[in-house]
Amino acid sequence: MKLYPRQRHRVLQVVTKLVIPFVLMFGLYVQFHGDYGPGGGFQAGVIFASAFILHGLIFGLQQTRRVLSPGVLRVMMSLGVLLYAGTGAVTMLMGGNLLDYDVLAHDPLHGQHWGIFAVELGVGITVTGVMISLFYGFASKR
Amino acid sequence: MTEQLPALQILITMMAAPLCVLVRNARVSWAIALLANAFACWVAWQLLQQVQTTGVIRYALGGWAAPSGIEYYIDTMNAAVLLLVSGISTLSLLYAYKSVSKAVPMAKHYLFYSAWLLCVTGLMGIVITGDAFNVFVFLEVSSLATYMLISFGDDRRALTASFRYLVLGSVGASFILIGIGFLYAATGSLNMVDLAERIPDSESQRAVLVAFSFITIGVLIKAAVFPLHAWLPNAYTFAPIAVTAFLAGTATKVSLYVLLRFFFSIFGEAYSFGQLFLNTVLLPAAIAGFVLMSLVAIFQTDLRRMLAYSSVAQIGYIVAGFALASQAGLTAGIVHIVNHAMVKTALFMAVGCIIYRVGHAHRPSLDSLFKHMPFTCVAFIISGLGLIGVPLTVGFVSKFTLIGAAMERGWWILAGLVLISSLMAVVYVGRVVEVMLFRQSRQSGPESSGLSEAPVTMLIPMYVLVAMGLYFGINGSQTLSVAGEAARQLLGGF
Amino acid sequence: MTQAIGLYSYWIVILLMMAGLYIMIARYNLVKKIIGLGLFQTSIFYLYITMGKVDGGTAPILVEDATLLYSNPVPHVLILTAIVVGVATSAVALALIVRIYESFDTIEEDEIKAIEAQEPDS
Repeated sequence: MKLYPRQRHRVLQVVTKLVIPFVLMFGLYVQFHGDYGPGGGFQAGVIFASAFILHGLIFGLQQTRRVLSPGVLRVMMSLGVLLYAGTGAVTMLMGGNLLDYDVLAHDPLHGQHWGIFAVELGVGITVTGVMISLFYGFASKR
Repeated sequence: MTEQLPALQILITMMAAPLCVLVRNARVSWAIALLANAFACWVAWQLLQQVQTTGVIRYALGGWAAPSGIEYYIDTMNAAVLLLVSGISTLSLLYAYKSVSKAVPMAKHYLFYSAWLLCVTGLMGIVITGDAFNVFVFLEVSSLATYMLISFGDDRRALTASFRYLVLGSVGASFILIGIGFLYAATGSLNMVDLAERIPDSESQRAVLVAFSFITIGVLIKAAVFPLHAWLPNAYTFAPIAVTAFLAGTATKVSLYVLLRFFFSIFGEAYSFGQLFLNTVLLPAAIAGFVLMSLVAIFQTDLRRMLAYSSVAQIGYIVAGFALASQAGLTAGIVHIVNHAMVKTALFMAVGCIIYRVGHAHRPSLDSLFKHMPFTCVAFIISGLGLIGVPLTVGFVSKFTLIGAAMERGWWILAGLVLISSLMAVVYVGRVVEVMLFRQSRQSGPESSGLSEAPVTMLIPMYVLVAMGLYFGINGSQTLSVAGEAARQLLGGF
Repeated sequence: MTQAIGLYSYWIVILLMMAGLYIMIARYNLVKKIIGLGLFQTSIFYLYITMGKVDGGTAPILVEDATLLYSNPVPHVLILTAIVVGVATSAVALALIVRIYESFDTIEEDEIKAIEAQEPDS
């Protein structure tokens, strides 16, 4: 039986397709449960990116690029940083010091919650973008 | 609004960097970078005014108060260095527009400018922060951006220069990280003011000693103090010339600021110089630096490399000023940080103009350049005189103060050696001037006939620096009083 | 003597650090140099984590029991930042190595030096 390139590693491909949703889900869990348990933007970003890297390893870089183009990644990387810094700017506009989340909501506790949520989301988006771009960058070299 | 200025100093350039990546347009990203830098420069100016009228500014990030939270701590020293960094960066950016468009492909310009912005953010962050660990973080932000900026050079040796700087720079930064770790182990604090209070009564003085040694070596690597300067000449030679002008005025200067902050404010003058005799290490290194590196500079044929070695020599003067550990010596060191930044940036800009038109900076083949590029040559000569230390230039102000400080301590040999190495500067600047002004063209090839003056956008920032150099050279009391105030605060601890 | 063995964690730090420095100095291959740098930085992470450990303490995660002994979380936080910095450094270094390979056709430092020595200065 002649195998076409896309049919190679069938087992791996099927297993990968099964695993990727769970990896993404776990990434989201680590991201949003980070305020109560171990986790946060850095780890979540890496886990989230690892799903795409796995996809790239098994299905080839071309396929992954169709899912997530380098242009999108560039936007993700910069938007994440802007979200982080923007949160700081908003706290300053609302009368606090830089990244003083207390002023974001009517009471400090909610303010801290919202502030950390926004900042960690920014970190997560940036780290995802950076990690996948690194993979693209190095994998596309011969 | 004025109480938020310390945060704005960092925030605006930091937010401008991702914006540059988003717009992906060479001109727009240049404009964003220039605007953000000009704003940072204005903020730094405001901060300097504020510090001089109301005293030290302390800004708690996130509203968390000092010993446990991160704070920005600004006294006269910081504010002056902040103004220096943002000012030099703004002028170099103005200069970069034309100069970089030749060296870097247009499609990569937005990356270049965002790396530049990150580098400035890191440098200003190192200066403004009052938290020891934050120094490391900002140091790495600026260093990583610097490696990238250097690798934009059009010669392939820029890549290896950048790589060598990366390895050495990372080792240096890691040493600083180890040092900060030991300081934390010994005192349980990372805040600089708190550290300064806790170090004298720490139970484990040995950990403090280890921290002191690691931080010293790490910062000396980053500041390119002689024997640890190996990364500097190649990096300055092969980086795009606008980057070299920028780095020569800021990167090593900021590391020297870190040196001051750790030795004088955190460990205290009594500990580092009284108890550990730091000057017995620093002074020989500084003297060997400025004598040997001036000597090496004489024999360089590439103008960029010559100026790079001269930079290491000038860092030697600054460190010699620090090693005196007196009010006058520190003042001389600090004033020379500012003065040398102005002079050396202007010189590199002049070399950049030459490269822009001629295509290289090979000294022996710059015959009678003065006929074709008079403005560039005049700027080079005036700044060159500043480098030597001729009266009425900034170089004279700082060398005069340094020699005065050395004599005050009775170190006549140091004063003599400073004069000798100034004579060497006469030789290496003189050789360039001689070729530019007096040597007749041996052949009038096509290379030298069609030369014209450099573009105006490159001449303006260069002449701003030259004019500032002359102004502060004639009216030296202004910079001296700021430096004297900074030295007093440093010697007094926090 | 028992104290020296009891502090075995610090011996590991020293071992890793010296190994990393040795690789960086002794190997000509640029990728190996970066591996050495990574090892060197890892030793520093280990140093910080060791410092933060409290005898018998658990992970510093918020639980109901307020009397629970827990390790010092500050070094962990610091080192998280340092790890990210380390990743960024290796990424930049590897990107540089890729470009060095593209323009020099080698990543052996002695060969690169030989090529560079033949090029004029300006």
